[in-house]
Amino acid sequence: MNTAGTTDALLYLNGVTVSFDGFKALNELSLIVDEGELRTIIGPNGAGKTTMMDVVTGKTRPDSGEVFFQGSADLTRLDEAAIANLGIGRKFQRPTVFENLTVFENLELSLADSRTTWGTLFARLSTERRDRIDGTLARIGLTQQSGQSAGALSHGQKQWLEIGMLLIHDRMLLLLDEPVAGMTDRETEQTAELILDLAKDRTIVVVEHDMAFVRSLGARVTVLHEGSVLTEGSIDHVQNDPRVIEVYLGR
Amino acid sequence: MVSAYHSTLRKSAWSPGFWARFIACGVVLGVVIPAINLWIPSNSAAALPDYLIPLLGKYLCYALLALSLDLIWGYAGILSLGHGAFFALGGYCMGMYLMRQIGTRGVYGNPLLPDFMVFLNWQKLPWFWWGFDHFAWAAAMVILVPGLLALVFGWLAFRSRVTGVYLSIITQAMTYALMLAFFRNDMGFGGNNGMTDYKDILGWDVHQPATRLGLYVASVAALGLGYLLCRFITSSKLGRILLALRDAESRVRFLGYSVTNAKLFVFTVSAVLAGIAGALYVPQVGIINPSEFSPGNSIEVAIWVSVGGRGTLSGAIVGAILVNAAKTWLTGAAPETWLFVLGALFVTTTLVFPRGIVGLLREARWTRLRAPAPVPAGEQA
Repeated sequence: MNTAGTTDALLYLNGVTVSFDGFKALNELSLIVDEGELRTIIGPNGAGKTTMMDVVTGKTRPDSGEVFFQGSADLTRLDEAAIANLGIGRKFQRPTVFENLTVFENLELSLADSRTTWGTLFARLSTERRDRIDGTLARIGLTQQSGQSAGALSHGQKQWLEIGMLLIHDRMLLLLDEPVAGMTDRETEQTAELILDLAKDRTIVVVEHDMAFVRSLGARVTVLHEGSVLTEGSIDHVQNDPRVIEVYLGR
Repeated sequence: MVSAYHSTLRKSAWSPGFWARFIACGVVLGVVIPAINLWIPSNSAAALPDYLIPLLGKYLCYALLALSLDLIWGYAGILSLGHGAFFALGGYCMGMYLMRQIGTRGVYGNPLLPDFMVFLNWQKLPWFWWGFDHFAWAAAMVILVPGLLALVFGWLAFRSRVTGVYLSIITQAMTYALMLAFFRNDMGFGGNNGMTDYKDILGWDVHQPATRLGLYVASVAALGLGYLLCRFITSSKLGRILLALRDAESRVRFLGYSVTNAKLFVFTVSAVLAGIAGALYVPQVGIINPSEFSPGNSIEVAIWVSVGGRGTLSGAIVGAILVNAAKTWLTGAAPETWLFVLGALFVTTTLVFPRGIVGLLREARWTRLRAPAPVPAGEQA
């Protein structure tokens, strides 16, 4: 049964099917992401990109199929918190930061510290932790906004804060759902730089619509369509694939 | 320097300024009021007659109940509309102890059975009454009974991710079900008459002014300690997790925190505080009956909190005391108007000042601190 036990892929999906009221959001989806890889996933609306992330992070349980992390952790049996603690971080499509907390506090909650209720009740913020938060603030360019409530940030700043929240935890795998949605061109450029920088020491999966942005990442591209993989390869390969052109422009 | 700015913010929960205000409030409630009651002669205009002491004590018990609701509603976004149930359960535990203290002084003079059991022709004390002749046992039950109920109820509700209005409705159902159960004579808690005619507590006559003053001071102490506990929780990292899950619950899960455990913890702490409030309330009002479980009571608690300002802790205390003082006065002066006033108060609070009285005051102080413009000389105090 545990065919994934032997694979050395970081993330392994095999034959994953999810249906909502008969509609197959994912249809026998199989996907392998290797350790250290930067992967972009594209596809038209309803192709199953966000559902795929929901399955990996434990928000949605698949009807069938296997999902393994590091070859051994069966993600279909764990809840969101447990999966997050394995080292999988997620950035949502709509930026979700804690609006009533300050930027600093948002990062504080994201630190890789004790996650138990008791541990958080008696937690003290050490100087080393504080420096780490300051370092992250500098890296995402929000040092000035540290004491500001996150709800007061601009859209682009919220996106960066959310990336910062993933970054500070030192997670092995980051799932970024449309990280540049609603950003200005300048912000998009900065975000691409940030992601390329982050990708040096962790595995990242980016779901995106913006083709120029996908090109600027220069990574391997997976095209999803109707819940399964249509094709995979370099951006040039994918953009010249007639099936991809048909899916995006056809019908 | 950003951090320095932040650490000052962080430490402000326990700053000397806070302790000064806290101790000042404690001295006024716990020392000045008893001193006025004891030493100012009753014919003086400034006198505080004995009959007002249990009334003030009752307000403080309500304040502790409101505080317990603010901890979960104001911070974790859990609107329990059944918190009166935990209050009543704590009250019943204390009532059982007080009933056992009556001994042979009851109408039927039965040394073991409370009057209502003799009346119902019961032959022996039900097992769940065992141990209630000891204060320590009763005190332990005051904490354990509401705490365990909250733990089980909360575990079932939070694990199934019941939130928002659905949670409010099932808490209403919980308190309503308990009310119906306690109304039954064969439950063994005195049916619709409840328990009353208490004689003494820890050997002190509950009708003596000195005992009542003692209970009042105990209520001040409980409220003070309860406040410090809530402040400790809300200013900890857990407090920030509660605020975070109030606004974006699933995001907190994806950060790796157990939302269920965090909610369960504060819900249980809150229920225990409500139970302690109920236990202090019963000897001061002299009766506990199933109407304490009525859903309307629990809803009223939410109104006190919103009038005072939710998510502020001190607002819950201010709201509970002010609304109940108004209720005491108005139900004497014009009883038929009270429900309209209460309703109007709730609507006005929600529409006009959703942050409540304390929220308004804090906003005013913020704008004054932020605005560097000098105060015109004429307006200076």
